[in-house]
Amino acid sequence: MVNQEDRIIIRTENVNFYYGEFQALTDVSMAFETNRVTALIGPSGCGKSTLLRLLNRMNDLIDGCRVEGRILFEGRNIYEPDVDPVEVRRRIGMVFQKPNPFPKSIFNNITYGPRLAGVSGKADLEALVERSLRQAVLWDEVKDILGQSAMMLSGGQQQRLCIARALAMKPDILLMDEPTSALDPISTAKIEELIEELKKTYTIIIVTHNMQQAARVSDFTGFFYLGKMIEFNVTEKIFTKPDMKQTEDYITGRFG
Amino acid sequence: MNRKQKEAVIRAVFFSFALVSILILGLIVVSLFREGLPLFRQVSVKDFLFGMEWYPTYDPPSFGIWPLIVGSVIVTVLATLIAIPIGILTAVYIAEVAPPLLKDVFKSVIELLAGLPSVVLGFFGMVVVAPWLQDTFDLPTGLNIVNASLILALMAVPTIASISEDAIYAVPREYKEASYALGATTHETILRVVIPSALSGISTAVILGMSRAIGETMVVLMVAGGAAAIPESLFDSVRPMPASIAAEMGEAPFRSLHYQALFATGMVLFFITLAFNLVADYISNKFKEVGSGTL
Ligand SMILES: Nc1ncnc2c1ncn2[C@@H]1O[C@H](COP(=O)(O)OP(=O)(O)OP(=O)(O)O)[C@@H](O)[C@H]1O
Ligand SMILES: [Mg+2]
Repeated sequence: MVNQEDRIIIRTENVNFYYGEFQALTDVSMAFETNRVTALIGPSGCGKSTLLRLLNRMNDLIDGCRVEGRILFEGRNIYEPDVDPVEVRRRIGMVFQKPNPFPKSIFNNITYGPRLAGVSGKADLEALVERSLRQAVLWDEVKDILGQSAMMLSGGQQQRLCIARALAMKPDILLMDEPTSALDPISTAKIEELIEELKKTYTIIIVTHNMQQAARVSDFTGFFYLGKMIEFNVTEKIFTKPDMKQTEDYITGRFG
Repeated sequence: MNRKQKEAVIRAVFFSFALVSILILGLIVVSLFREGLPLFRQVSVKDFLFGMEWYPTYDPPSFGIWPLIVGSVIVTVLATLIAIPIGILTAVYIAEVAPPLLKDVFKSVIELLAGLPSVVLGFFGMVVVAPWLQDTFDLPTGLNIVNASLILALMAVPTIASISEDAIYAVPREYKEASYALGATTHETILRVVIPSALSGISTAVILGMSRAIGETMVVLMVAGGAAAIPESLFDSVRPMPASIAAEMGEAPFRSLHYQALFATGMVLFFITLAFNLVADYISNKFKEVGSGTL
């Protein structure tokens, strides 16, 4: 095992996943350490997003899909029948590939989740909005326009707003599915800095197609191919001396 | 014939068909005005619109359509109030909640309802709803505002439901995913994200449903009771504008004042429906511009 056992926050055990007849993941077992950044890499269609969405039960929304195996979050299988997916999603936040703010004001975007979770009171909400926006390094840019529609922000700002919105739930884990793939280099750099900062408080699992990004921001890296986890190790090892030939080929860009 | 010429011919054909329908519409409007406007040489616009008495066949006649306007507005508003919750809930259920099989069943039922001839609905109002109202509330007649509103609501529901459903269906999947990922339940997501995002389409649906109800003739002719007086209770009979036109046109002598007054009533209806459609158009365009975010 790569990771230190007592630092594991979430792990998958022999997970198979099917979209109808199609098997998207085969026997995936991996463990994620707390307060670390783990990157998932691999060619398009290899099942990275599928795995990410399994971790907070977002795949429940897809008709006709099926999970086998166990996913243990703090020792508990989140696919047990008595687990409420809403509870899981409150503790495991997600940022999507395409920025997807609600067509609501910046303020209401951030307070959407916390309000549903029962946070009320103007002062509390305002403090929460400021804290989340500061964490996402967006506060200075939007502090005077909190009442304006989030749709007016640039793509990079929207993505940081989405990160702030996820952080406002104070999740334990933050899942990020190619959070910078739609952004320019400057916004990307900002979000990478942000990830560096966030890992002090959060556990981050990030999918990326950008090898430099994975190398820069992550502590661990898992390489996937055709629904299987091929190699999972400390990022430095994966990028300098991978054990598997497939990993090396992919990282060096010699892939089929 | 090369491709360019073919395209030109096809374009010309489509253009002429479009032109024909616009032309015919224009002719209808022109004849409506030509037959209706002469009334105002004898009766002032104010007396016509706000006159309390509609006695077109008395001597001297009076041509005040205020009771007819009130009748139209009241049955339309009441019908809309009934049809909005039913139509929107149906749309939400079909678009967001129903399992695929039930979804198809509901959609076909709605389409069937939309396709029912209004005379059949009117018939239903006369032989089922009217006696029931009469017995239950001990009324002199079951042909009244409540009856007409119920049947008109039944006609407006398919319009509201199917246009709202399209609007709800068009709400980007990303919004819903964002909501679920923040720990919202299905009903919270529907109430706080889906419906607000679809609001422009839903408003358009409601207004088109209203304009369908206010122009509907057969139903109000059959079940509204036909009394040309300002109603005092919801169980009074009324005579909405379309009913008045349909009932009296046959007996009004050609180009008489009565005949002109009926055409003028048609003009009023025309302007009301036009206004409804302009408002619906405005709302759907206004929200379209806001759109989703740019990258
Ligand atoms: N909703 C779905 N229904 C059916 N099949 C799906 C669905 N979503 C994904 N798949 C399939 O599952 C496989 C894995 O998809 P997934 O989205 O996890 O890939 P990915 O590694 O994230 O790819 P990318 O890098 O392009 O985002 C693909 O073959 C895809 O076609
Ligand atoms: Mg993906």
